[in-house]
Amino acid sequence: MENEQTSLKRLFQQEFSKMVAVISSLFGLQHIEIAEDIVSETFLQATETWEKKGLPPNPTAWLYAVARQKTLYYFRRDKILRKKVIPELTARQEKSVGIEELNFSQQNIRDSQVQMLFAVCNPAIASEAQIGLALRILCGFGIDEIAEAFLSNKDTINKRLFRAKEKLRTEKVKMELPPEDQIVSRLDNVLHIIYLLFSEGYYSKTQNQILRKDLCFEALRLGLMLTGFERTNLPKTNALIALMCFHASRFSARQASGHTLVLYEQQDEALWDGELIDQGKHFLYLSAEGSEVSSYHLEARIAWWHSMKEDTQEKWENILDLYNQLLLVNYSPSVALNRTFALYKANGRQEALIAAEKLKLDSNHFYYILLGELYKGLDNEKAKSNFQKAYSLAKTQTERQDIQEKIDNLLRMPER
Amino acid sequence: MKEFMLLFRQPNYDYSKLSAAEFQALAKKWQDWAGGIAAQGKIASNGRRLALEGKVLKAGGVVTDGPFVEIREMLGSFLIVKADSLEEATTLAHGCPALDANGSVEIRPIMG
Repeated sequence: MENEQTSLKRLFQQEFSKMVAVISSLFGLQHIEIAEDIVSETFLQATETWEKKGLPPNPTAWLYAVARQKTLYYFRRDKILRKKVIPELTARQEKSVGIEELNFSQQNIRDSQVQMLFAVCNPAIASEAQIGLALRILCGFGIDEIAEAFLSNKDTINKRLFRAKEKLRTEKVKMELPPEDQIVSRLDNVLHIIYLLFSEGYYSKTQNQILRKDLCFEALRLGLMLTGFERTNLPKTNALIALMCFHASRFSARQASGHTLVLYEQQDEALWDGELIDQGKHFLYLSAEGSEVSSYHLEARIAWWHSMKEDTQEKWENILDLYNQLLLVNYSPSVALNRTFALYKANGRQEALIAAEKLKLDSNHFYYILLGELYKGLDNEKAKSNFQKAYSLAKTQTERQDIQEKIDNLLRMPER
Repeated sequence: MKEFMLLFRQPNYDYSKLSAAEFQALAKKWQDWAGGIAAQGKIASNGRRLALEGKVLKAGGVVTDGPFVEIREMLGSFLIVKADSLEEATTLAHGCPALDANGSVEIRPIMG
């Protein structure tokens, strides 16, 4: 029973985004709530009917048929739709379109979904609301799941989504692919949102592992969707997908110990997902076309080097080089810290210490963890004081626990 | 923070005698050095390398191809960094590989 429920939940989640996209492409985005209502009601009816009569032979077709009926019903009942949407529809398509023709063909689902992706990632919407909206509309997540992913409450999320949809209306965002001359810059926005979605799952604060994994694979799915269209299947799209595949391949290994994250160095590579690594290589290869080197290219290549567990000089020199380049395109404190760690592995502790002392990321506990690691075995007193600073700045109990372990381990470690 | 231009000059840019490995080591030295500044979040704009050929316009409308005979060191490339003061910008320039090639780094504030 448990299994049936999860697979039903999965089916609804998948179909939600498809159906909302198709119905919205018919009604226009300003009526996206109606599309959501129709789909929710369809699911409700499905649950009730299927509970009594069992699963139909083709559940998806069943859902589409019921959604079609309900859409028709809405058209007949709803004055706004009748007075405003239908004339618009007929004007747009220059012929009277029967609503019964609501088109759930594979092709139309694909087109509608990618149009929806561009609509949701419209730069007019604030990015925080955008991720929420993407989770709801593109990935079919429930409000409670979104709230959990953001460590927030349903109220806040509902308000955020409401504002985002309001923005879709006031900015008159349309469901269409941007014109040729804008598609590259608009695609940057879309890729960025997919990247944020993935990171939200990969680095999420929530402890719910299934939810986190779902988030990552949804982001991956959206990326793959873009490869289905010539105009969006660009090298940087493939670079982002490669990056996500390489990261996702370490998902199980990162969580092996249950409560806390297993850092790369301690991961058991037997738990890495070889199939995803191969996928990553495939997309990395595709991304190498053309001359553009986006930050996704650089990050994907770093992730590729990390998919080889063996520590070699060549590996770390390459990673260092890639981080150097990445910093020039896209500085962030965490990239600076990772670069300094690569410097340590490639060029040695002394050089890394000098560079690390210059970073001055005084409010960042990872910075003090790095300093502590670099001083470890060289000057244990300094290592300890840095770990203690990290401890006082750490944000969660788990982090404090990990840092305390490092401090305790110092006592057992002789200086060189 | 103000912006400063670091101008790298070297007496010699003839790398033809370097082996591939030596050339790679030199490139790595530059990249690691610039990466160190970038890691401090202090690069304002990623400078480009300048090609070796060029022209010089002199008073009286004289244009020459070989500008570089009169100055001992030739401008090789530049980098724009962010720093609070000229002193800080100068500190960032320390360790620049141009210095190892008997060259120099000129640090100039960018106005405006």
